[in-house]
Amino acid sequence: MTRPTDPRILPSDITRSELFLNRRRLLELGVAGAAFGASGVNHLALGADAPPPVDRYKAPRNAAFSVTETPNTLEEISSYNNFYEFGTDKSDPAMNARAFKPTPWSITVDGEAEVKGSFTLEDILKPQALEERVYRMRCVEAWSMVIPWVGFPLGDLIKRFRPTSKAKYVAFTTLMDPKQMPGERDRVLDWPYVEGLRMDEAMHPLTLLAVGVYGKVLPNQNGAPIRLVVPWKYGFKGIKSIVRISFTENQPRTSWSGAAANEYGFYANVNPAVDHPRWSQATERHIGGSSLFAKRQPTLPFNGYASQVASLYTGMDLRRYF
Amino acid sequence: MFLAALVPAMLLAGGALGVGPKQLGADPVRTLLHSCGLTALNLLLITLAVTPLRQLTGWNNVQRLRRMLGLFAFFYALLHFTVYAWLDQGLDVKAIGADILKRPYITIGMLALLMLIPLAVTSTNGWMRRLRKRWQRLHYLIYPIAILGVWHFWWQVKKDIREPLLYVVMLGVLLGYRLLRAPLRRLLTSRCGSATVRERT
Ligand code: HEM
Repeated sequence: MTRPTDPRILPSDITRSELFLNRRRLLELGVAGAAFGASGVNHLALGADAPPPVDRYKAPRNAAFSVTETPNTLEEISSYNNFYEFGTDKSDPAMNARAFKPTPWSITVDGEAEVKGSFTLEDILKPQALEERVYRMRCVEAWSMVIPWVGFPLGDLIKRFRPTSKAKYVAFTTLMDPKQMPGERDRVLDWPYVEGLRMDEAMHPLTLLAVGVYGKVLPNQNGAPIRLVVPWKYGFKGIKSIVRISFTENQPRTSWSGAAANEYGFYANVNPAVDHPRWSQATERHIGGSSLFAKRQPTLPFNGYASQVASLYTGMDLRRYF
Repeated sequence: MFLAALVPAMLLAGGALGVGPKQLGADPVRTLLHSCGLTALNLLLITLAVTPLRQLTGWNNVQRLRRMLGLFAFFYALLHFTVYAWLDQGLDVKAIGADILKRPYITIGMLALLMLIPLAVTSTNGWMRRLRKRWQRLHYLIYPIAILGVWHFWWQVKKDIREPLLYVVMLGVLLGYRLLRAPLRRLLTSRCGSATVRERT
């Protein structure tokens, strides 16, 4: 956050993302056309087809909560994903999430709260003012991106449900629907995906619920229609396609720490001093950029957000609670 | 065959230069690293399949390809290591050293690569002649190398072990064939008595 201003300008990036999308759409149309016979060119000429990328979530940038580094392109953000519900390869989600239907959508709220029940996405969004926040994203696999999310603070939503004094944690659950999410047919993880935060982490102003990226509706492969973003934690904490929010007294059993507790902790704070048992977390490869020879960059404590969040963990042994 | 074994390298080089059908995606270094690693492992297993193929089909000419396939496996393993050391780690000797010592999957990968070196060096006719019987014995190293290669793959995946599992099975078949061949033959010959079982070595 206190990093030097990047001389490269942002608006150009946004145009760039549009170009990419268009190119992709052209490709898709071409393929669809070919599949239906040789009429691909006609389709293009007529401009008939799927709705254009929706700019529904254009929102003002919250500069105080944004880094100044150049964001990755939408093409990069939407083609390189870990979303095991759509396959374990990083290119799988973009391919397998095409048919996914993020509307209509509703979220069940339960547990230690006064306001509970099922809420449509529209219910959830109506009173929230959306804003853009450019966050750093650090994957546990030691790569990183910079992403212009559009969303609102999770804390604002939580207040609306009025959690009781017993609510110490918030747990989130991803949609379980193997028909739409082919990855859930394989028992790679214990589906459905569950993530969780301690209440103070959930209420922290940096913790975001995102519904868009680059002012557009979230691509399915990025967790449409609504996902969590916790920029000081490893990416797997950012649960996608959320259908349930539960307030609990006890620490929820989360998917990755349940699958391999020695490798993935509940906290999963980005920490260059605590290696993954199988690889170093000291440095990361930033995705994008022009050169194959770009150097790895050092990983920062709490992914560069230490000044805002380190106080949440005072007195805690971060080697033990990794 | 020589050209076929070069195809993956050319596709990757094309991708790196932005030409040709292969695209390296958002993380080109990872794509290069993984493609070279997988190609090396594929070639190792193909090399190990040569002898069974000859024995089962009687197609003796394949044997001549074996050394070249092995050399290409070494070539891709070396490329894989180069991508790791140069593009991924930026030739940071300290980081690479720490990785080799601390990360078991990298330790065994390195071991496999080091063991491939004497095999590559002695792959010429001259060395073959000079070492005679010892050449054969030296080149049995290919078995532990293949095991280490598959093991290295197994250890570095995060959760989805299906692909490395496939390699374990393939390696198991190739090694199992060698272990079971002699006893099976003996069984067959004793059963069939004088039936002619042509011995091919
Ligand atoms: C005979 C030698 C070797 C073989 C056959 C081999 C094979 C492989 C294979 C199959 C993969 C996985 C590719 C994939 O997931 O698609 C891989 C990954 C990898 N190998 Fe090797 N390898 C060898 C030697 C080495 C050496 C010497 C090093 C480094 C010193 C090394 C470092 C790596 C790294 C860093 C990865 C990627 C891990 C990740 O992305 O998390 N390998 N290798």
